[in-house]
Amino acid sequence: MTGFFAIILRELRTGLRHLSDISAVLAFFALVATLFAFGVGPRTLGDLAGGVLWTAALLAAMLSLDRLFQPDHDDGGLVLLILSPVPLELVVLAKVIAHWLTAGVPILVLAPLLGLALQLPEGSLPGLLTGMALGTPILSLLGALGAALVLGARRAGVLTALLILPLVIPVLIFGVAATDPANGAAPVLFLAAMLLGALALCPWATAAALRQSVL
Amino acid sequence: MTAGEAPLFRGEDIACRRGGHELFHGVGFALWPGDALLLTGPNGSGKTSLLQVMAGLRTPSAGRLDWQGRDIRDDLAAHAGRLHHIGHRTGSRAILTAREDLLFWSRVRAPVSRQRCLLALARFDLLHLRDLPVQALSSGQQRRLALARLLAAPADIWLLDEPAVGLDLSGLASLEAAVARHRRSGGLVVIATHTPVELDNPVRGLELDRASGQVPEHGS
Amino acid sequence: MHALANPTRFMRLAGAVLPWTVAAAAVFLAAGLWQALVVSPPDYQQGETVRIMYVHVPSAWLSMFIYMVVAAGSASFLIWKHPLADVAAQAAAPIGAAFTAMALATGAIWGQPTWGTWWVWDARLTSVLVLLFLYLGYIALVNAFDDPERGARAGAVLALAGVINIPIIKFSVDWWNTLHQPASLTRLDAPAIHSSMLVPLLLMVAGLFMYFLAVLIIRMQSAMLVRRSRALGRVARGTAGSRA
Repeated sequence: MTGFFAIILRELRTGLRHLSDISAVLAFFALVATLFAFGVGPRTLGDLAGGVLWTAALLAAMLSLDRLFQPDHDDGGLVLLILSPVPLELVVLAKVIAHWLTAGVPILVLAPLLGLALQLPEGSLPGLLTGMALGTPILSLLGALGAALVLGARRAGVLTALLILPLVIPVLIFGVAATDPANGAAPVLFLAAMLLGALALCPWATAAALRQSVL
Repeated sequence: MTAGEAPLFRGEDIACRRGGHELFHGVGFALWPGDALLLTGPNGSGKTSLLQVMAGLRTPSAGRLDWQGRDIRDDLAAHAGRLHHIGHRTGSRAILTAREDLLFWSRVRAPVSRQRCLLALARFDLLHLRDLPVQALSSGQQRRLALARLLAAPADIWLLDEPAVGLDLSGLASLEAAVARHRRSGGLVVIATHTPVELDNPVRGLELDRASGQVPEHGS
Repeated sequence: MHALANPTRFMRLAGAVLPWTVAAAAVFLAAGLWQALVVSPPDYQQGETVRIMYVHVPSAWLSMFIYMVVAAGSASFLIWKHPLADVAAQAAAPIGAAFTAMALATGAIWGQPTWGTWWVWDARLTSVLVLLFLYLGYIALVNAFDDPERGARAGAVLALAGVINIPIIKFSVDWWNTLHQPASLTRLDAPAIHSSMLVPLLLMVAGLFMYFLAVLIIRMQSAMLVRRSRALGRVARGTAGSRA
């Protein structure tokens, strides 16, 4: 387990030293939300706020995926991680946890503020936050798979978004549904189920993709 | 010392393909505790690939590798746990300090103490640079930092791919001393190098050439 | 299946089967189109526009079936290292994407007179749209690498991830649809189909399926030839290099 926590610690340390990367993701998140405000006008904004916040969060999360494996792929560290006694699935999980802490959590913190600005209806905030707390780890898990698949590809950034965005449509649907109190607990339960499923399958598929990328 | 006992690490009749084309075939080796194996051969003869095969990273297209008589494919994670692989690229993050980098790569392998890491840095004459970020180190110093991992976390097999590239004379001396100490304590070393590295006798040789097949094995 | 595992045997077999597949596709499509456009009656509600169904429904079915072919090929490539499976998967994907695009286009053309709009966010149409994105992602990934082997393996992992996701996407889109649309919308092809419509529909399905098989074989043949010529080029370079 020392190795598992060492990987999380190292990723967090790198992430915190590159604070500008985290703030760029947050700035992008806020910018997309602002674009929607300009695009649809302030009057109808309240009804759209949940969808706008979720869409902006998805796009912002896509931007942060390249720092998951690309640095290790470039500097040879990926080979060493594969050759470490820590099972590669756990390496992936450690990286995903660190990614969620440095990308998902900041988005989660900024979301209520943007919700205020977008006139999110009063009762929607708890649903938005619960949904995002369950949904952003799924983004990190699926995003890790995308990031691993495109290692060594041309135009990797666009490609990751093209591969992953269709797969996260269910997260978007249930996440936005969770912001409407009228939908009850069902969307949150669906999100929780998807999180468990992703937790079981994604590290395994990502590890398979990583093994192929180094030879 | 080779008589009687079964070898610790053995490869038999190994063949390797890369990009649909055969690099070598019929390669074999047998290593007993304290042995050093020197891989030689022209560029493109497959030295790096053979080291990757020995690490279990690359699947050979034929042949098998045994550790204490058991196929390494049976438990690749265990095999990875008993080896150090130092390749061309060192895997150091530019933004982390030398000490953080060494501590990380050692702790991924084993719960290593800070003391031990500092000692390893000292052996490669990096102690005074320990709090500098890796990006501030020269390429030779970064190479020493990678080699210090060999001393910080113990492992039975050292697979070294051109370890001496960019090292100055004192760095080379540190490497040679580390290898000699490792062998005296019963460890194995496999080195692919074009730079002469002074090794204590006996050294086993394995020459890969593009014709492959014939693999002279001799002590020098 | 194992008889097909050998590339040489596959090439011989494919060459023999191909003319029959083409002929079958031509016969079924001719009969199906004649039945669909001439013999079958117009719908009492939708009139002549219902004839679009004979292209739309088979295309939609095939688009899903071909994704299963891609996923099955990817699985047998990854698990059993079947040497032809990745060729089949990669050859099938663009055909599947074309059928998906056809299903969407005919759906839009059909929707205009029926619903009065070119596009509705109906659950079925939306799912097909997502399927098109999955195809496009797969095709882009397979072609994004300089090493074709690497593209094949990355694509195979993605296809499997996609096939696990399809039911979840389908379910979530259906759920989303019931949330946003009152259930009054009548499903177009849900009521029992009269036999005068079923016969042309099945003929069209058979014809387009045979067409898919024929194009698949041709695409696999050409992919194998490309692979072989690449290998020959490498051998030629290799011998020239060692002589020098």
